Amino acid sequence: MWFANVWDELDFWMMSAIILMPLVFALGLIFIPSRRTEFIRWWTLIGTLVTFVLTTFLFIDFLRLTDEQLTNKDRTAQLLPARTDVQLSSYRRAEPVSSRDLIARKAWIGRFHIDYSLGVDGLSMAMLLMSSSIFVLAFLASWKNTKAVRGYCILFLILETGVLGLFLALDFFLFYVFFEAMLVPMYFLIGYWGGPRKEYAAIKFFLYTLLGSILILVAMLALYFVDLRPYYNDLVAKAEGKERFSAEAHRRDAFLGLAGDRYDAGKFTGPVNTFDIIVLSEAAMASAQLNSNIDRLEEQLRDRSEDQGLRDQLVDAEQKKLHWQAMSPQFQLFCFILLFLGFAIKVPIIPLHTWLPDAHVEAPTPISMILAAILLKTGAYGILRIAIPICPWAANQLAWMMGLLGIIAIVYAALVALAQTNLKRLIAYSSISHMGYVLLGIAVWATPESAQYWSWGMKGAVFQMIAHAFTSAGMFYLAGVLYDRIGHYDLNRMGGLTTPMPTWAGLTMVIFFGAMGLPLLCGFIGEFCVLLGTWNFRPDIWPAAGQTFTMIAAGTLVITAAYILWTLQRMLLGHRKDGLALDDLDGREGFIAGVFAVMTVVLGVWPMLVFDWLDPTLTGLVQLLAQVTAR
Amino acid sequence: MPSNVIQLDFLNSRMLGDLLVFAPEAILIFTIALLLFLRLFPALDRWHLGFVALVANLVALLVSSGQWLSFPFGSASPARDLFSGMIVFDGLSAFSRMLILGASSLTILLTILTKVPDREDSADFYVLLLGGTLGMCLMASAQHFLMVYLAIEMASVPSYVLAGFLKGKRQSSEAALKYVVYGGGASGMLLYGISLLCGPLGTGYLPDVCLSLHTLMQSGGLDAFYWMCIGFILLGLAFKLSLVPMHFWCPDVFEGAAAEVGAFLSIASKGAALALMGRIILLLMGGVPGLSVTNAPAWTHIAPSLSIAVAVIAGVTCTWGNLAAYPQTNLKRFWAYSTIAHAGYLLMPLATLTRDGLAAALLYLVPYLFMNLGVFAIVCFVRNATHREDLAALTGLLKRAPIQAVALAIFIVGLVGLPPFAGFLAKYEVFACLVQQAQLQDRPVLWVLLGIGVVNTVIALGYYGKLLKIALLDAANEPSPLPIPFRQNLYVIALAVFIVVGIFFWDLLTTMGTQFAVGGFQPGP
Repeated sequence: MWFANVWDELDFWMMSAIILMPLVFALGLIFIPSRRTEFIRWWTLIGTLVTFVLTTFLFIDFLRLTDEQLTNKDRTAQLLPARTDVQLSSYRRAEPVSSRDLIARKAWIGRFHIDYSLGVDGLSMAMLLMSSSIFVLAFLASWKNTKAVRGYCILFLILETGVLGLFLALDFFLFYVFFEAMLVPMYFLIGYWGGPRKEYAAIKFFLYTLLGSILILVAMLALYFVDLRPYYNDLVAKAEGKERFSAEAHRRDAFLGLAGDRYDAGKFTGPVNTFDIIVLSEAAMASAQLNSNIDRLEEQLRDRSEDQGLRDQLVDAEQKKLHWQAMSPQFQLFCFILLFLGFAIKVPIIPLHTWLPDAHVEAPTPISMILAAILLKTGAYGILRIAIPICPWAANQLAWMMGLLGIIAIVYAALVALAQTNLKRLIAYSSISHMGYVLLGIAVWATPESAQYWSWGMKGAVFQMIAHAFTSAGMFYLAGVLYDRIGHYDLNRMGGLTTPMPTWAGLTMVIFFGAMGLPLLCGFIGEFCVLLGTWNFRPDIWPAAGQTFTMIAAGTLVITAAYILWTLQRMLLGHRKDGLALDDLDGREGFIAGVFAVMTVVLGVWPMLVFDWLDPTLTGLVQLLAQVTAR
Repeated sequence: MPSNVIQLDFLNSRMLGDLLVFAPEAILIFTIALLLFLRLFPALDRWHLGFVALVANLVALLVSSGQWLSFPFGSASPARDLFSGMIVFDGLSAFSRMLILGASSLTILLTILTKVPDREDSADFYVLLLGGTLGMCLMASAQHFLMVYLAIEMASVPSYVLAGFLKGKRQSSEAALKYVVYGGGASGMLLYGISLLCGPLGTGYLPDVCLSLHTLMQSGGLDAFYWMCIGFILLGLAFKLSLVPMHFWCPDVFEGAAAEVGAFLSIASKGAALALMGRIILLLMGGVPGLSVTNAPAWTHIAPSLSIAVAVIAGVTCTWGNLAAYPQTNLKRFWAYSTIAHAGYLLMPLATLTRDGLAAALLYLVPYLFMNLGVFAIVCFVRNATHREDLAALTGLLKRAPIQAVALAIFIVGLVGLPPFAGFLAKYEVFACLVQQAQLQDRPVLWVLLGIGVVNTVIALGYYGKLLKIALLDAANEPSPLPIPFRQNLYVIALAVFIVVGIFFWDLLTTMGTQFAVGGFQPGP
């Protein structure tokens, strides 16, 4: 029976349902007559709500998985690589695949070994929850849109499918498909429903992001054509003599499982290529470790040049390295730069940021919310999920540069924000500045001994991603609400808005202070953790980088406070400059803004709500990556 | 029995078998004769003969698909010489024939929908169209230089007339004249190259020519004379593929000719020329029975220069087409430059000089067929409704003809090559082939070519985006809906659906494409 099959692969269907649900609702919209706008709105709202509910189910499942494996005292078992290994080796050994491991795959395009492969860990879970909830709120925010409602809703839902698929994909190719699938709906959403310069903003956004994703495509192809046979030989050697259920044996069999029947009995008929993010990153880690191993041995030999054992080890390692040319440091560097540039355009990172202010300002309010809250995060997510794990050696070498770019973004964007008179533009630049903290937190690479500092930076970065999603979407929403009433974003023509709109003013203060990083509100936690991690960042090339960065970033908090406070002052205080009669928030608006404000407070007061289940994933990731610098 | 009778019997039996394989072309020939015969009866002038041509084309397509299904892929030597080696039936010709017949069928359907040849002219029009199709099918399977030349002429001459088919229009006549003059020059060059090459070698049979060239290479390399011959032949073919520097006819002819003819030329003609070019390049590189590719001297002697030459032409064509499309205001010229750019993409994988490259180019053609036909169909439908062919005619199409506008968006996004549309499949195959071969063969020029392809994707988005903006984002000057009949909407919907769901058939297509390109050629690098 087919439903028995569904039960066996519940996680597969669950995750697929999350991706497909918005798409199914979008397809349904095609058959609803466009004049029935009210019905279309409710239909779309239900679509986003159902998706959100499904995501929370997945979240419950994920918490169960976390608990289960924490009680087993096996902390690494819940990390993605371990779960992938077990699942793939189960395929290989023709054992039943667990339906509770939240990893699922089906073969898709055999010639290029592309799988429809999905999986969840703390990082993607956080992004999924955040996006599916923001989509509900953003759709509520677009309730009053009357222009081509059906088309708007269809594109909106397709965009949601792209975003959720991106956060669930574990296959690089699949990831790329979803990454690009977001482009076209976004182009039309900005270009058709946007403000006065919408076409310009839309095509600028489209061109910039297309350039970025083409760079990613090139790196993806180059990585795919890397022959992973030496990696497999490594695995075989490591698994020798280990018992059947050891991690090493699992990993070896996983590799074979991925390869299918082509590599029977270790007889290879051709190069071994894959798009699997996990396997690629494991192979890259192996290569990177080999490199640092050689460095270590050479260093030791300098002191004890007579030690024959060491010399043999070095010769052995260098022999191995010869076979590893495919994932060589130069190659990693090449791929990392392409991937980083591609994702950096999305984040965005100065000087690739110029599409962002235009797109944010011209986009309609709900789309600005999605842009700021979610699309920027896809760039950071790509760096975390793909660029760094797949090119760890290069990422380690260039960590100081990533940190520097983060600092530049923090300072420069804050200064530019200070000069803005357009409220939306100001929020856009504050977004760039806040995303700088994310990059900085990711970049503060550390050795295994001091990995906990880096893990603080990493956790801070991801927390900042979540916090910024709610504050920036909230700020854009409040700006949009104001625009509906006064018809412009010019800060110089505002003033005294507290009197006519007290609720709006109150919520604005909470959310803007949250963005500013006031303690007990969500922005503070992320920035604090990032700075905590940054202090101990000591790249070889520039040992004082960490302290310098921390001081600059902390100093910039003053600028941030300046532009936020000045903005609040210009909006809320002083005298009214126009005689318009303004209404306060109505129920729907109050609900949306209220949710943002509540999230700002809750995340700020009780950050462990997120850290509790985020921690194992990120700590595991950091411990894994820190091995690159192991001496 | 005397031996000559046995030989005759043998020939007879072979002939019959050959004719069976030749059935799709034979059906076309028969239909051409039938159409000309029907022309004799004035009473039939009131009939639109498009359906006759369409049915004949579809039958031919069906037969060639049947032949593909019964094709022994993977066996040792599935290639089959027909008519004492004049043409060959192998994976490549089977695939290209299906593609050409498919494009031709869809074009005929389009002409029936747009009524471009009126009833009176329909017999003439479809005779020419089928004649061109026949020539293109032969181009895809020619295996003798004589046949190469004949097939190209057979495809070209009807195209010249088709270009000038709108008799009342001065531009159309001008287009036809330009096409004839340029085409005559190009085919002269081709013929010159062929006669220079076949004279000294004493044969025109392609595998033999290549074997002789290889013998020459082994004894010290080709001298400038042979390079010149190969150059002339490839330039003659470049004309059909509208590659820079032989592209200049394309915009003028497309502007003057009816858009339906443009659609036909931009797909079927290019497919045939690409197959022929691929075949010649692969044979040059050693894909000949009796020659083992691994030690083919071509890889040391001509591969480096040939690879660079093809890469330069591909890169320049792509960039030129994309840049020249920017200032265009006429829709047909706009799409003409777009097809030039895509010819560059089609040629890119051939710069790897491998079967994988040819397979990638053939796969590129499949989504390209639907996307390009789609945009030309929209030009036709909008022309019928507004009698205009400039870019501004599309202003506010979303309000005036929403289905056409959405389909246009899908085709354009497909042409840019964005997932999840089928255009991505095409672009991915090309780029993947370039990356793979760049790593395998260690040829930096392929990396450069990849870079050019990447940059061009972004450049192309610029002018495609302009059209998207005009058609979908701009407000209409006259808000009245365009009088586009439902069946015309259905046509673009059908094409667009393929582009949308094409990615799910990727595995099937890519396996098929590889088989096609592999079948009949020696296993090689």
